[in-house]
Amino acid sequence: MSDPVLEIKHLVKRFGDQTVLKDITLTVEEGEVIVVVGPSGCGKSTLLRCINALEEIQGGEIRLKGAEVSKTSSNLAKIRQRIGMVFQSYELFPHLSVLDNIILAPTKVQKRSKEEAKEEALALLSRVGLREKADSFPRQLSGGQKQRVAIVRALCMHPEILLFDEVTAALDPEMVREVLDVILGLADQGKTMIIVTHEMQFARAVADRVIFLEEGVIKEEGSPDQFFEEPKTERAKEFLKTFTFERKRSRV
Amino acid sequence: MNWDFIMKYLPLYRKAAVLTVKIGTAGILLSVVIGLVCVAVQYFKIPVIREITTAYIEISRNTPLLIQLFFIYYGLPKIGIRTNAAACGVAGLAFLGGSYMAEAFRSGIDAVETIQMESAYSLGLNRWQTLRYVVFPQALSISMPAFMANIIFLLKETSVFSAISLMDLMFTAKDLIGLYYQTTESLFLLVVFYLLILLPVSLVGSLVERRLRYAGFGT
Repeated sequence: MSDPVLEIKHLVKRFGDQTVLKDITLTVEEGEVIVVVGPSGCGKSTLLRCINALEEIQGGEIRLKGAEVSKTSSNLAKIRQRIGMVFQSYELFPHLSVLDNIILAPTKVQKRSKEEAKEEALALLSRVGLREKADSFPRQLSGGQKQRVAIVRALCMHPEILLFDEVTAALDPEMVREVLDVILGLADQGKTMIIVTHEMQFARAVADRVIFLEEGVIKEEGSPDQFFEEPKTERAKEFLKTFTFERKRSRV
Repeated sequence: MNWDFIMKYLPLYRKAAVLTVKIGTAGILLSVVIGLVCVAVQYFKIPVIREITTAYIEISRNTPLLIQLFFIYYGLPKIGIRTNAAACGVAGLAFLGGSYMAEAFRSGIDAVETIQMESAYSLGLNRWQTLRYVVFPQALSISMPAFMANIIFLLKETSVFSAISLMDLMFTAKDLIGLYYQTTESLFLLVVFYLLILLPVSLVGSLVERRLRYAGFGT
């Protein structure tokens, strides 16, 4: 078996005197799709931000194929190129067209030729059904379209791992599907991904492994079927219950 | 209204207007440069120089241009720097305008959300590339209204140049009033010439603002 893509060992993250992540240890293998679920405020998003070195960490270490990921490392920009991140609020650059959003980093950071980057960008846009939007500006797109562009923008850098931070949380229900379909497609292609989501059906479908995070601790970890059918911990059971609805009063 | 008088002294006003525009333009260009340098120093948090720029901005914004001009015009020769009134005018305007420009640019940069920068960082852009390709273009269009207002403000401030005996529009008007007591005509010409300079600037300003707003904003 090849080396893991990502290794997190005893990660500790504090904001002031509040400890948000306590001793997180997690290994992600090549091609693996990890879904992180848990109640809000449990540290899911912070975990992703640490992996991308957007947050300083107070303990432990994060390694991407052996290279240390840390906000203080000198080759930080180099490491970040190898990690793709998609944000809840898309964060496309409003002053650039869709195409320019996608090829900015490939041309300026990776110094690839404009033609080659453009060609790949257009091919990727076609795959997510947005080829004809290449010259549009972000403000002209719907939320779902923006998020698909954001995914393409991350993909165009050929990252070794992709991080998705609640990418459908800001979307209208009918747009959620189009974005999740794109992510499912990526999973089928064998991309290594860590996905933070509240879409439990989707989580179950896409995950190779589910991580249940609560109060900064990995409370449970398992295959999607095992986690959703027979969660081991009481906390996970309670958490999953919040996604099912029952009527107490019998129908007339 | 004495139209003969107006026609007679029109060329004098034209000459003064050219001087006002020249000094105004030079001063404004310099203040843009100073503003950009200040903002860069503060953005990159360069120690010591950062404190100096902060002090400069406070001094410059909280003292009147007239006093600044006196310091430059009468003060510089005292420490052995000989210069002419025009250079003092440009320097004074740049000293005042630099801080206003810095504040305009800074407010633009502040308005770009942190998560936009994080989005750029996560694509592997370094600090400089993030500033150059992501923050600055957005900041520029956000700060454009303040920037245009500053240009108009600085052009109007040139009216105190007469105090250091620069033959600008104000000087010409005061001179003619003193010589001939043709107050109405002299002041009428003064107003007309200031409008001739400033109205086109205002117009260009609102066009630029509209274009920039159209070009990228509203996510």
